[in-house]
Amino acid sequence: MGTGDKTMTADEAVSRLESGMTLGIGGWGSRRKPMALVRALLRSPVTDLTVVSYGGPDVGMLAAAGRIRKLVAPFATLDSIPLEPHFRAARESGSLELMEIDEAMFMWGLRAAANRLPFLPVRAGIGSDVMRVNPGLRTVTSPYEDESTGVCETFVAMPALRLDAALVHVNRADRAGNGQYLGPDPYFDDLFCEAARTAYVSCERIVDTAELTKTAPPQTLLIKRLHVSGVVEAPSGAHFTSCAPDHDRDEAFQRLYASMPWPEFAGRFLAGDEQAYRTAVETWHEEQS
Amino acid sequence: MSAMPDTYPDSSLSGATRAEYCVIACAEAWRGDGEVLASPMGPIPSIGARLARLTFSPDLLLTDGEALLVGPDGSTEGWLPYRQHLALVTGGRRHVMMGASQIDRFGNQNISCVGDWERPTRQLLGVRGGPVNTVNNPVSYWVPRHSTRVFVEKVDLIGGVGYDSAAAAGPTATRFHRIPRVVSNLGVFDFATDDHSMRLASLHPGVTVEEVVAATGFELAIPDDVPYTREPSPSELESIREVLDPRGLRHREVKG
Repeated sequence: MGTGDKTMTADEAVSRLESGMTLGIGGWGSRRKPMALVRALLRSPVTDLTVVSYGGPDVGMLAAAGRIRKLVAPFATLDSIPLEPHFRAARESGSLELMEIDEAMFMWGLRAAANRLPFLPVRAGIGSDVMRVNPGLRTVTSPYEDESTGVCETFVAMPALRLDAALVHVNRADRAGNGQYLGPDPYFDDLFCEAARTAYVSCERIVDTAELTKTAPPQTLLIKRLHVSGVVEAPSGAHFTSCAPDHDRDEAFQRLYASMPWPEFAGRFLAGDEQAYRTAVETWHEEQS
Repeated sequence: MSAMPDTYPDSSLSGATRAEYCVIACAEAWRGDGEVLASPMGPIPSIGARLARLTFSPDLLLTDGEALLVGPDGSTEGWLPYRQHLALVTGGRRHVMMGASQIDRFGNQNISCVGDWERPTRQLLGVRGGPVNTVNNPVSYWVPRHSTRVFVEKVDLIGGVGYDSAAAAGPTATRFHRIPRVVSNLGVFDFATDDHSMRLASLHPGVTVEEVVAATGFELAIPDDVPYTREPSPSELESIREVLDPRGLRHREVKG
């Protein structure tokens, strides 16, 4: 169970981050993104970040706010809206340094970091312009002859994606940092935590450890407390991205995010704290109905 | 479903729309694939994959678009979160049909950006899984609006690896590389030529060779006799219309 109580506020978690850090952000596209933590990050002075993400609005918002120096990603999307508008704008203005890699390369980079390996070989990237736009990528030749071909194949040596910190959002957690997902896909949130020196887990609800497995099987316990530095209770902390089964994506609000000029959006929704954000979202929804 | 015969006596009577020929052409990509995961991207490829499973490729596996493998009746038969999906890609037991913002005559595909990568004129999705897909499992493509902007002489960024790029990169890239077909709203294309350059394999009924040539920004291999994309059988049409796409999503993607 663990005796340490790691609960803290989103602002306290973010206060432990520093400018210039490499930050991994969990979720996928516009799904289960730790948006309450991202919003706290936007309230902080932390900048000059290297962000490592299967990109969604986390990338868009941090890019729009000028907090990203370098992005490591295979894509950025809002899912139901294919192109992330602020990521697009940042790329088209030339203001975003990008390490553009394939989805599988990205996963192997996290796995390498989690396993304290400098790289892992992967059959991906070879023959594509991923090699051209990432001139730092090296290859490695197998020390073994392939039995069927007699060839020693050459693979991309995907470098470890080591993270100074990881931010993830899950459905439930206990105070010690055991994190539980209740949706259909864990994404790579456990890997982000394992690849990071420190990890901050926000959740819809903090519950007693015993309650975690009362109605859900133990294999939903995705994140182990030994990887976690801080636990943040953040109801609707993934808003406006999805957090199945607790809540769906807020499609109407996502459309607003994608169409409203960033300064206006940030002024109306991100000027205050998390409670102010929720109130502003509620008010906006009431205006629409 | 009716008990009508699988072959229709007079093809001109089938009354299939262009979108329905596209569904048939996409479905055919998975013919003979056996027990592999079909990964369709976009409405028409999705309807096509489900049609293939319902008819001539019953062993195919399909997802709900998220993390569950689901049978034709929607019941869950397996779990496939992204991490397992990526492992399945490299294991090869999968045939994906991806989109292409640009594709060239050797099947190099781009969904990353248009213009110079350093500072694109139009940023798109990013390479996504194109690089890993193409050198590990068969990759077909679907283009709902065939034009010289999509079928280009040279793509701005190679995400999906084409035949020439794979050959240049060596055995690691060629070993499992295969692009069975490209389907567009005008026809079906393959790479069954000596140099693996793109070939017009069939025209959707109502389309001419001239139309395809005018909409293609590179020189296509065109056989002397180009067949038409096959007619859907009455039962296939009924499945598409009544079972697989009663809301008519296919006609929002391809008009006519």
